[in-house]
Amino acid sequence: MHISPVLWQFLTKWLAASALFPAEASTIAPYTDALYFFLIGMTIVGLILVGVLLFGFSIRYSRKNNPVATQVEGSTLLEATWTIIPLAIFLVTFVWGALLYFRIFNPPTNAMNIYVVGKQWMWKAEHPGGQHEINALHVPIGRPVQLTMISQDVFHSFSVPDFRVKREVIPGRYTTVWFNATTPGTYHIFCTQYCGTKHSEMIGEVTALSPEDYEKWTKDSTSGMSLAQNGERLFASMGCNQCHSGNAASRGPNLAGVYGSKLQLTNGSQVLVNDAYLRDAILNPSQHVTAGYQPIMPTYQGQISEDGLIDLVEYIKNLNSNYRVQQTLGTSQSDLAAPTTPGMVKP
Amino acid sequence: MSASTYTIVNLPDQATATMPKRHYINNEHGLLSWLFTADHKRIAMLYLMSITFFFFIGGAFAGLIRLELLTPQPDLVASDTYNKFFTMHGIVMIFLFLVPSVPATLGNFLIPIMLGAKDLAFPKINLLSWYLYMAGGMFTLAALVLGGVDTGWTFTTPLSTHYLNTHVVTAATAIFIAGFSSIFTGLNFIVTIHRMRAPGMTWFRMPLFVWANYAASVLMVLGTPVLAIAIVLVALERLIGIGVFDPTKGGDPLLFQHLFWFYSHPAVYIMILPGMGVISEVISTFSRKRVFGYTAVAFSSVAIAVFGFFVWAHHMFIMGVSNYSALVFSLLTMLVAVPSAIKIFNWAFTLQKGSITFETPMLYAFGFMGLFTIGGLTGVFLGSLGMDIHLTETYFIVAHFHFVMVGGMLMAFLAGIHFWWPKMTGRMYPESMSKLAAVVTFIGFNLTFLPQFILGYLGMPRRYHAYPQEYQVLNVLSTAGATVLGVGYLLPMLYLAWSLKYGEIAGDNPWQATGLEWQIQSPPLTENFTEIPVVDYEAYDYEWLANKTEHEVTTVG
Repeated sequence: MHISPVLWQFLTKWLAASALFPAEASTIAPYTDALYFFLIGMTIVGLILVGVLLFGFSIRYSRKNNPVATQVEGSTLLEATWTIIPLAIFLVTFVWGALLYFRIFNPPTNAMNIYVVGKQWMWKAEHPGGQHEINALHVPIGRPVQLTMISQDVFHSFSVPDFRVKREVIPGRYTTVWFNATTPGTYHIFCTQYCGTKHSEMIGEVTALSPEDYEKWTKDSTSGMSLAQNGERLFASMGCNQCHSGNAASRGPNLAGVYGSKLQLTNGSQVLVNDAYLRDAILNPSQHVTAGYQPIMPTYQGQISEDGLIDLVEYIKNLNSNYRVQQTLGTSQSDLAAPTTPGMVKP
Repeated sequence: MSASTYTIVNLPDQATATMPKRHYINNEHGLLSWLFTADHKRIAMLYLMSITFFFFIGGAFAGLIRLELLTPQPDLVASDTYNKFFTMHGIVMIFLFLVPSVPATLGNFLIPIMLGAKDLAFPKINLLSWYLYMAGGMFTLAALVLGGVDTGWTFTTPLSTHYLNTHVVTAATAIFIAGFSSIFTGLNFIVTIHRMRAPGMTWFRMPLFVWANYAASVLMVLGTPVLAIAIVLVALERLIGIGVFDPTKGGDPLLFQHLFWFYSHPAVYIMILPGMGVISEVISTFSRKRVFGYTAVAFSSVAIAVFGFFVWAHHMFIMGVSNYSALVFSLLTMLVAVPSAIKIFNWAFTLQKGSITFETPMLYAFGFMGLFTIGGLTGVFLGSLGMDIHLTETYFIVAHFHFVMVGGMLMAFLAGIHFWWPKMTGRMYPESMSKLAAVVTFIGFNLTFLPQFILGYLGMPRRYHAYPQEYQVLNVLSTAGATVLGVGYLLPMLYLAWSLKYGEIAGDNPWQATGLEWQIQSPPLTENFTEIPVVDYEAYDYEWLANKTEHEVTTVG
């Protein structure tokens, strides 16, 4: 925004106070609002132009003022003008909107990750440290937070109007959204995709806390087990470690350090191992056979909940060395949220 | 630029106009003569009656929705009832009112006459279209009577296929059948326009109303089958679980959205293009001028139809489509806005140097221009990627598409009904009453939907049965507006019915308009023309009209 910050503050505060405008509570919000004001300006100018033309001509050329019409065929120059000028304005809007889209949907690499599972009719948030919340989400201000989201049943849509972010939550697919909250407070979380009977009751609250308060909240609401620890326990109880043990003799590939790497499959293709790939490889293993291994892994479709899959993915994500297959892990990416104590999990 | 002047010599003498002895309405008598008619004008009247019926059903649900939203609490009905209300409102209004309204009534009535033909190319298929429409309507009513359906008009999977136990298949059948009505109408128009033009009626002498319906017909014929496929897949998924949209069976829930919007975005243009055709006729007639840049307006209809097919994924910007496909669809969406802008300015400049009068159809046309400008420009908000994220799925979108489809389309429909009412019935509507209705409608419309833009930016999601307290004031305003709007819609219903018996006799050409339809008697004969007309003048040639006397119409055997 290249307008005076003072003017901007005045404008947005005044509008917000008049209840015609949502609070600006994330770093994205002022960017979205700037485009919004531009578009409103465009609309008002366009409307005034059309209005002036209509009323002006109506008065000047009414039957009373102009009893006889003069036939005019058209004018290439005029028509070219009103083709090119709107086109130019719309292209500016396109570029501006595209830049904003990339800003909103490309998370910074240092964002901390929180998982969100949408189900009829609630939001379940899972922090890497193992804190679970229903229809609530606690986040620190001044720090980019990425949500990795999936739906357990139908399409939902995660929307925080005061942050100006929204993203569809889709069954069978991870989607992400990120924001950087700026002002402590509580804000609505809405489900904006119609999802059945209690659609309008699928409302939650995101609470933005100062870093100290967030630290405190994290400590007070821990369940004692991080997602990765839950994942490790699940990994053992489902028998995954029998094949994916990391030994030379094992029947499955070693999972240590696999996250984020490129994997060669038997069908010759190369895939990037990310959350979505890991989830799909657990549910549809026959379609993702690593080169050099037999297609013997059974499907786990229907045996694991989305929450469980998140735990497993988080566990595999955090497996960085062979040694750690036997260990419980700290986390490399979100060291604030994950416990650092070595694990005591026994199968 | 060529310019010339003329004076009107043959002003209508309405005092002496008499009803013609024989016309299409009294040509045959009895219910069966209507139910088995192959006359495009009678079929148009059948459509007009049935469409009006469904409009008031859809409107009643709109009223119930607005009533529930008067307070933040869910106090009028339970949430699943509310969900059934907005589903029924959407299905009825879109598939049974907006899509068929102008083409099936005004288009059916006028296109053959405007081209100088005695009927459409396939009169019996035309009648079949109406029966299919009614069958679709009956299935919709059946779904309603049996207990309703709560998928929303978008039938989003897997909600519609796996999670709802309402009458989804019945409603899907309704849409499937009504879709074929639309395909047949489109096909009939395309063939008629290609093959049945009178001698001298070249493509660029056709009224812009015909051009607009031609473009819409192409969309109907190419788009509707995709909707039919999508809806059949939903039914199959429900009934036998084929799993095309089910991720647990390897299906893709996003595929449904692609298929559905491939039709349902062009459907917006199926609705609005014929309405734009009406506006061209009305503005030209009441400013007594040829439409400014006739060719550009004709081609902009075609451009809208072509581009209209390449923008569907802008409904899915937040659904995890790749960033780059989002870019492409956003750019194409911006491009489709341009022909609409061209039309608006061409209409405005048609007024320039005209000799303008302000009869009711003209008032509705002005209303259309204002509301459609707002509707179109707010569409640019939604086509703009970053802005769309915040606005989509909120009341902003509700307001936007109501501005386009209700503010635009319905205003155009009312403009057209008033404009051609004298031709269709032989009688005038009461002028001062209808002007009042036009003004009431315009005020009511703005009061209903302007607050919803603000609600949307504040974040109120659509399809919410209950909402946080802070949104109440704007919702109350909106409901108040809806009440005014309802009055605006009831008035024409009453005075038009009244005019059937008591309206002034209209005469052949009460507006002194140039189209072929105005050169024959009102109401027309069953065969439209006693002799096939020869067209030797351009569309909207008011000079020709001024110089013509009754006996100078050129005809061939």
